[in-house]
Amino acid sequence: MARETPEVPMASLADIAFMLLIFFLVATTMDIDQGLQRVLPPMPDEEEIPEDQQIRERNVLVVLVNARDQLMVEGEPTPIAQLRDRAKEFIENPEDDPNLPEKETIDVPYLGEVYTPTTAVISLQNDRGTSYGMYIRVQNELTAAYNELRDDLAMEHFGRPFNRLTDSQQEAIREVYPMTISEAEPREVGGN
Amino acid sequence: MSTKKGKFRKKSKKVPTISAASLPDIVFMLLIFFMVSTTMREVRVMVQQSLPEATEVTNLERRSLVSNIYIGSPQPAYQDLYGTSPRIQLDDSFADVEDIAEFIASEREEMDESEIPHMTTSLRVDEYTTMGVVTDVKQALRRANALRINYSTRETEAVY
Repeated sequence: MARETPEVPMASLADIAFMLLIFFLVATTMDIDQGLQRVLPPMPDEEEIPEDQQIRERNVLVVLVNARDQLMVEGEPTPIAQLRDRAKEFIENPEDDPNLPEKETIDVPYLGEVYTPTTAVISLQNDRGTSYGMYIRVQNELTAAYNELRDDLAMEHFGRPFNRLTDSQQEAIREVYPMTISEAEPREVGGN
Repeated sequence: MSTKKGKFRKKSKKVPTISAASLPDIVFMLLIFFMVSTTMREVRVMVQQSLPEATEVTNLERRSLVSNIYIGSPQPAYQDLYGTSPRIQLDDSFADVEDIAEFIASEREEMDESEIPHMTTSLRVDEYTTMGVVTDVKQALRRANALRINYSTRETEAVY
């Protein structure tokens, strides 16, 4: 005759599971790392004499941030709310203004021939006393300017926003609006 | 109230008990969700971290390729020893700018040879830090040839 096996009580299972649940709730973090991604320029060789790159003045947008977190664009004080539009106008040069970056016609896959400024450089200079929060706000505005232009172009040609394009389509859009934010070698801008 | 026994006699007033048999299942489901969706905290952050906000964020993929550099003023518990001026934290200890080259080298050693070019250094910097120390760290990273960086931020709808 088969012996009856005693039943294991199931009531405590919930308690054990709760304890594990609470442990994982406490011990873990949910945050995924997000941020603004950049690639730093490589350090120039010590022996190599840095050759003076001649960039014409019209192709550079100078953005200065001083130690009091004040912003200056091309020599005039500018509130940060206007930075995005200034940057967009500079990057795109819609009216072919002779004071804004020079445009040339390039052949881009998918898009055909595009008349666009390819040499536009945003030069960002900050003081050692600038707050990191302000620096990120400026970087964010500049990124937003590029992203908005790229999105507009992507919508126009592909009917989809930039981040939903295929890799090669994104590459083509990037060719039209290459992101070139140059950060000067560190120096004091002053403003204390 | 009627005392008659019949069709419409009031049933017993007892509230029916809810079966608790499905409780463990629900808890296990939650447990499994948290186990899968979370990652273990790797280092104890000893500096204050109020990350700046930005709208144009991208997500960092492949956590194994990301090394973190924390910058900020030490948390109150460490201020007796380390003061309040912004400090750099690498792994579990405070460090100087000169230690960054060594830190990058040791992070590279743990990686696959083929993955080294995709290595990203995430700068987790407190928003009240001044740019001086951040610039020094960036210069050190350039010297160490760790050029892909990420300014860690929180995502927000609008920054003004």
